[in-house]
Amino acid sequence: MTSLGAADLVPVIPELFLATAGMALLMLGVFRGDGSTRFVSTLSVLSLAIAFLLLGLLPEGRTEAFAGMFVTDAFAVFVKSLVLLGSALTIVMSSAYIRSERMERFEFPVLVLFATLGMMMMVSANDLMSLYLGLELQSLALYVLAAFKRESTRATEAGLKYFVLGALSSGMLLYGCSLIYGFAGTTSFPLIAGLFAGGVEVSIGLIVGIVFLTAGLAFKVSAVPFHMWTPDVYEGAPTAVTAFFAVAPKIAALGLFVRAMIAPFGELADEWRQIIVLLSVASIALGAVAAIGQSNIKRLMAYSSIGHVGYALIGLAAGTQQGVRGVLIYLAIYLAMNVGAFAVILSMRVKNGMVERIEDLGGLAQSRPMMAAAMAIFMFSLAGIPPLAGFFAKFYVLAAAIDAGLYALAVIGVIGSVVGAYYYLRIIKIMYIDPQAEPLEKPMHRELGVVLTVSALFTLLFFAYPAPLLAGAEAAAASLLSP
Amino acid sequence: MILQALAFYLFAGITVASAFMVIAARNPVHSVLFLILAFFNSAGLFVLQGAEFLAMILIIVYVGAVAVLFLFVVMMLDINFTELREGFLQYMPVGALIGIILLIELALVLIGWQLSPEALAQGQAPPPEGMTNTHALGGVLYTRYIYLFQGAGLVLLVAMIGAIVLTLRAREGVRRQSAAAQFARRREDAVAIKKVEPRQGV
Repeated sequence: MTSLGAADLVPVIPELFLATAGMALLMLGVFRGDGSTRFVSTLSVLSLAIAFLLLGLLPEGRTEAFAGMFVTDAFAVFVKSLVLLGSALTIVMSSAYIRSERMERFEFPVLVLFATLGMMMMVSANDLMSLYLGLELQSLALYVLAAFKRESTRATEAGLKYFVLGALSSGMLLYGCSLIYGFAGTTSFPLIAGLFAGGVEVSIGLIVGIVFLTAGLAFKVSAVPFHMWTPDVYEGAPTAVTAFFAVAPKIAALGLFVRAMIAPFGELADEWRQIIVLLSVASIALGAVAAIGQSNIKRLMAYSSIGHVGYALIGLAAGTQQGVRGVLIYLAIYLAMNVGAFAVILSMRVKNGMVERIEDLGGLAQSRPMMAAAMAIFMFSLAGIPPLAGFFAKFYVLAAAIDAGLYALAVIGVIGSVVGAYYYLRIIKIMYIDPQAEPLEKPMHRELGVVLTVSALFTLLFFAYPAPLLAGAEAAAASLLSP
Repeated sequence: MILQALAFYLFAGITVASAFMVIAARNPVHSVLFLILAFFNSAGLFVLQGAEFLAMILIIVYVGAVAVLFLFVVMMLDINFTELREGFLQYMPVGALIGIILLIELALVLIGWQLSPEALAQGQAPPPEGMTNTHALGGVLYTRYIYLFQGAGLVLLVAMIGAIVLTLRAREGVRRQSAAAQFARRREDAVAIKKVEPRQGV
């Protein structure tokens, strides 16, 4: 029996703080009623900020806790920072939206906090069991958030669909975990990795387990062919929730995906690479083609996110340190671009409420030149046009793929990017050339304006000073591949 | 030993028989009652194996909570089960086919099964001497697996928040008991003493 001591609590301080803050805010909300939503939201953002600071104060290097269930290293800290940033920005951006859509209840920020906690547990998972628990905590909070606007049939449908398909994917994941446990005899990542250290032959049952695990994780990151839920859920869920879905959970799930493939099965890269390549190619192709016919901007962003997951998976397919670094840079830039784009979508409001058709952006350049310019920056960046940040994101993963000898994958990535540019550019054309639609209501909410400006500046000026992000991603990737 | 074997066959036989009755009974309430019988007998099997904690948990959780919940649902939803059974014959060939395929697969797996002697010994790891099941489980649950235990607790908390968020509606015009208001009420607020003259009325 392992003895546990105070030393076990040090690496989990950010999580402990977030869990306690979540419960305290829940109590606060219950006692003060729904009138306290703004107060609870502010405190939630503050808690996320404090957790972010605590993350920075953690001792450097790799530390395991709780008998190896939990691990913190530079990789975990990097991904958790992105997740915390994404969640905090979502709460900030959604405060005006939930007020105007009459879904202002204090549970909203509390659920976001618990979802964030789940994501942090996922990123730090060092065991198949802690992986599953983190994933479930995150998913359960997300199912509720998707259906949060319970008067709306579409939101309820989205929540239910997400729940049923999410439960199915959890089932596949668990089946994979049980097979891996059965054939490896352990659920701990380092112990599993130890089994393959000497180039031992792998049993077929274990490979089948990895396939199921991959399928379950692909569901969570919405990679093709496990993407079916994404457009419907993105469209049906309230826009503020969609903005959340598109950013933090994607980043956490991709971080988990990378860790779950590299940490225990790094030696078996040749076995799982073909699966990842297939997922990646299919996602890029579908993301590029299926988005063209969309008229709803949230659906379009859903297909766009599927495509971007495909690009991030290129880095994982490479399986090298450079590839993992590429994924991490991709996630950071993806965060900035998507937060910005959703800040614009969240301010698409006319007199009678929110609108979400792409045509509603018509003539935005005349009525709101600054907003149109920012949106144009995000669209160019998502399409991957230099010198914007999105170009560098793609550049690093594609370079890693070429170095790993995956030439075909790199070529497909470039082609997909060219095809996908069509629909991003179409939005710019609608904003700048098409006739004026009903003008959006002024003024834009102040929080949204700030988020929009900051993310637009980041996307625009990333090329001037990329060193800190590159160095951080490099250290994080090194900590995962050579602990 | 022979007594144990007899007890095993008794419990196992009743479990299988009542499990069959669960799907065969016409009245859904009877189905649930047979389910409870099956649970009790499985608990008996656990006791025979020396897993008394699991046996008690099975009864408390499944009989005490789940089966009673089923009973409530069955009685309150008023589902017409004879209607649900229509078309039974129609689907039977497909169902039987799938069943047979599953049976063949199971047989194939079991024929090829070779159990190593060590596996059997490892599977029956008994709790340390002088320790009950409960003690042994608690010993690992709250130390080695405390992280997972707390994580599971958080999952349940989120599930509870979710259920309340999605279903609780504040209804208008409901009269609730307010203990504070009741205690704050003084005698003077409620009782007035009137002097009533004879033959005058109030």
